[in-house]
Amino acid sequence: MNQSVILECRDVWKLYGPNAGTFLKNTPVPKKGDLGRAGLIGAVRAANVQIFKGEIFVIMGLSGSGKSTLVRCLSRLVEPTAGEIHFEGENLLNKSDKELIQIRRSKMGMVFQQFALLPHLTVLENAAFPLDVQGVPKAERLARAQEVVELVGLKGREGYYPRELSGGQQQRVGIARSLAVEPDLWFLDEPFSALDPLIRREMQDEFIRLQNMLHKTIVFITHDFDEAIRLADRIAVMKDGAIQQVAKPEELVLNPATDYVAEFTRHVNRAKVITAAALAEPLSGDSFSGTVPASATIESIGDRVEAAEHPFHVEQDGKIIGQITRSAVIDVLVGRR
Amino acid sequence: MGRWLTSGRVFWLGLFAVTWVLSQFSFQIYKALDARWIIRYPKKWQLPLEDSISSFLDWLVESANVYFFTFREFTRAIAALLEAPYQFLRNLLIEGFNTGYGDSAVQLAPSLGWVAVVVCAIAIGHYARNWALAALVGACFLYLAVFGQWHSAMITLASVLIAVPIGAVGGLFLGIAAYRAPWFNRLLQPVLDLMQTVPVFAYLVPILILFGFGPVAALVATVVYAMPPMVRITILSLHSVPEEIQEAGRMAGCTKRQIMWKVLVPSATPSLMVGVNQVIMLSLNMVIIASMIGAGGLGFDVLASLRRLDIGAGIEAGLAIVVMAIALDRASQAFAERSQRSLPEGNLLQRHPWSSTVLLVILANLVLGRFIPALQTYPDSLTLTTGPFWSDAMEWVNVNFFDTFEAIKVVVLQGLLLPVKKFFSGIPWAWGIIATGLISWRIGGWKLGIMAALMMAFIAASGLWGKAMITIYLCGVSVLIATVIGIPLGIWAAEKPNAGRVILGLMDTLQTLPSFVYLIPVVMLFRVGDFSAMIAVVLYALAPAVRYAAHGLRDVPEQMIEAGVMSGCTKRQLLWRVKLPLATPQLLLGLNQTIMLAISMLVITALVGTRDLGQEVYIALTKANAGQGIVAGLSVAFIAIVADRIVNALAEGQRRRLGL
Ligand SMILES: Nc1ncnc2c1ncn2[C@@H]1O[C@H](COP(=O)(O)OP(=O)(O)O)[C@@H](O)[C@H]1O
Ligand SMILES: [Mg+2]
Repeated sequence: MNQSVILECRDVWKLYGPNAGTFLKNTPVPKKGDLGRAGLIGAVRAANVQIFKGEIFVIMGLSGSGKSTLVRCLSRLVEPTAGEIHFEGENLLNKSDKELIQIRRSKMGMVFQQFALLPHLTVLENAAFPLDVQGVPKAERLARAQEVVELVGLKGREGYYPRELSGGQQQRVGIARSLAVEPDLWFLDEPFSALDPLIRREMQDEFIRLQNMLHKTIVFITHDFDEAIRLADRIAVMKDGAIQQVAKPEELVLNPATDYVAEFTRHVNRAKVITAAALAEPLSGDSFSGTVPASATIESIGDRVEAAEHPFHVEQDGKIIGQITRSAVIDVLVGRR
Repeated sequence: MGRWLTSGRVFWLGLFAVTWVLSQFSFQIYKALDARWIIRYPKKWQLPLEDSISSFLDWLVESANVYFFTFREFTRAIAALLEAPYQFLRNLLIEGFNTGYGDSAVQLAPSLGWVAVVVCAIAIGHYARNWALAALVGACFLYLAVFGQWHSAMITLASVLIAVPIGAVGGLFLGIAAYRAPWFNRLLQPVLDLMQTVPVFAYLVPILILFGFGPVAALVATVVYAMPPMVRITILSLHSVPEEIQEAGRMAGCTKRQIMWKVLVPSATPSLMVGVNQVIMLSLNMVIIASMIGAGGLGFDVLASLRRLDIGAGIEAGLAIVVMAIALDRASQAFAERSQRSLPEGNLLQRHPWSSTVLLVILANLVLGRFIPALQTYPDSLTLTTGPFWSDAMEWVNVNFFDTFEAIKVVVLQGLLLPVKKFFSGIPWAWGIIATGLISWRIGGWKLGIMAALMMAFIAASGLWGKAMITIYLCGVSVLIATVIGIPLGIWAAEKPNAGRVILGLMDTLQTLPSFVYLIPVVMLFRVGDFSAMIAVVLYALAPAVRYAAHGLRDVPEQMIEAGVMSGCTKRQLLWRVKLPLATPQLLLGLNQTIMLAISMLVITALVGTRDLGQEVYIALTKANAGQGIVAGLSVAFIAIVADRIVNALAEGQRRRLGL
């Protein structure tokens, strides 16, 4: 993965309540009790995040933990109380309204939990809306909208109005709209939370398919840990407005930074998260039943390794880095590890 | 005994006892102390408000300058601005376009003609919903032609058609401004409160003085009357557009203006259309009332026939108002509920079938009308009149049921109206102020208490205490009766879906009728006086009591009812122990609406000879005394505001107690 940072927030605070700004100036590092006494809500507290180009960055936390507020600070839909937000190396908070509008028109897209479609526009017009407000000529913007509508699999429904569509279809329109301007940075605020579990699964697959084609930089919000580990390159866990840990899914499970994260990850199906690399141990014999890639999850190789007589080689970048044994896999599968 | 005597009960019983004693014996107290001020507010303490307002208006009209021109020129300019489109519509609908005057007049183009207007109405009905609505609206307009009400109805329609766009667009812009600028919103809210509670007659007077007698003054009054709800609905519906939709707009890179016009306003359109429906119905209501200041039309016909005691003509014109109200209401409601449909493909004719048909009919009518005048103006010989029928029917009713009606009237008067009247009229003004303050304090806190006392003091200081008490008594009795009838009807409607559809449908229709209409049958059956006024007010104010009761009961969560059933409640217990307590906040809201409607109707009943504040306003109108009208109008508004705040505080308290 190319490790260039596209979006970074440094020590971002968002407090709701009276005189939040002055309060934070006087008490630069307030405790939770201080906030409560001042009648303030710490929606986001001292958040530091770096988002790399091309990765799927998932922000995870229970409802009310400040995920939406944080992502809205990142896109400056909400004005942070303090901190800096750098987008492509420039501080987003210093941009004028005009510059901000330009950035949003060309570089950012966002998908919303309740879809946020415009009820008076058809599917096609909704998808074309971001181009419409830029003044793109009608024929051109409808052609582009047609492309994205087909991309999300809604061909044939261009003339429908949002209320004539199912929830899943509506969110497809939301996705199409956010992709119409070919954004570099794609925000999704719990895009599938309002959908039924089966549809949610289908939409996740769809999302993975899209990302494999488009390779966007993605900030994805969810309260569903299973969803997070399915999609994420890295996960930030939030609690009460503060980020508890930022890590790869596997690290989060194996080395939780706080009790809260440990508690959170306890009931996760570890086989889905832990990779062969984490279980690799030094080679002990000469007979092997096969080779598995280091990045493969235990879930995907478990059956094979467990059924085989001998350990498997673990291979990374063409080199053997160790072996993975039957008992190690069984430990993970039955939850001993 | 001890448990029963809570501090609340002691307070209310004590207050009532003191008030009753003072009211019963105020005259004796005055004699005993030889203090006449106890029962009469002394003249020399009266505020000279009336005169100052009147002379301020005189100054405004005579000599005030707004930068380069005088105020009078300013109002003239507004008048001209309104006059032009109004005259155009009148020409279009009634008189046709002429040049020259009198005998030398030459007709350039005829008016639309009744056939064209009916076809337009049908087209609008179909466009807004379906053939059923088209048939209804078409039938309503056809009725106006066949029953000889066409001319007056078109005058009324012309006024409505001018007032509605101004009211709706003006309201929209004011609402948008208030949405954008919080300081403007804070400024606007009290004005809106006042506008909705000051009786219409009160601002007719200054408008008359500023704009002169005639249709323009009526139009101004109509716009002023119909705009406030649109402002409120605009603010409300802009605020209720989901936050995410606005954020989606911002993320798409909308400018502020684009957010408003491409995101917020279109998303809020369905609720905004509800506002437009209100503007239409209020405009119709006001246009009818404003007939009195020279707008002409159906309202004028009703008033004139009531004065002539021409029962048949009065009922005919009244029915025409009803028909028109129904047509306008159903059509505009259908527009509000109308959902976007995909446009049909094809050429211009195929894409706009209705516009083209209507245009063709108008053109054809224009040409054919030259040769067949019956297409242009509905022929008199084919006009049906129901006037004699109504006169006969009324006479028959009066001959056969006079004694019954009279007996009912006497019983209600003696048994209810007069004792209550005596009670309220007897309360010495000073105690009245204190008691109102105490009641408001007990229910809504000290702020409300002080406000209420000050408002009552204003009424006393204006020398209107006596009339205010009559207003309160009439309003109180009417609201009581409306509630006693309305809540059981609402319960019935909620419990029995079939009956509910009929009852609520009827209430919807009742509510769309202009207030004026209610006077007609009442005056015919009971002649003038407090009793007639009360009946008219009850009829007018019934609808909200029924509706809120029905909705309140229906909104009780299913789980609560199931819990009640599983605890073994009988049907009756379910109603009294579960549903009604949970519906109280809604019932109180209904009560609030009932009071507001009752107060606004009371002013209209001044036309049938009550001696309350409404009469004071009406007298001011006939004498064109702006000061008197405004002071009396403010007094009515203050009563309404105090009542509103008290009932709202009650509802709020109840809601808190129920944890809703
Ligand atoms: N506009 C606001 N005013 C006051 N408090 C808010 C506002 N928006 C969010 N909050 C509070 O901030 C906290 C975080 O909210 P949010 O970011 O929506 O959480 P999440 O998206 O994780 O569910 C919550 O406690 C919420 O009540
Ligand atoms: Mg959220």
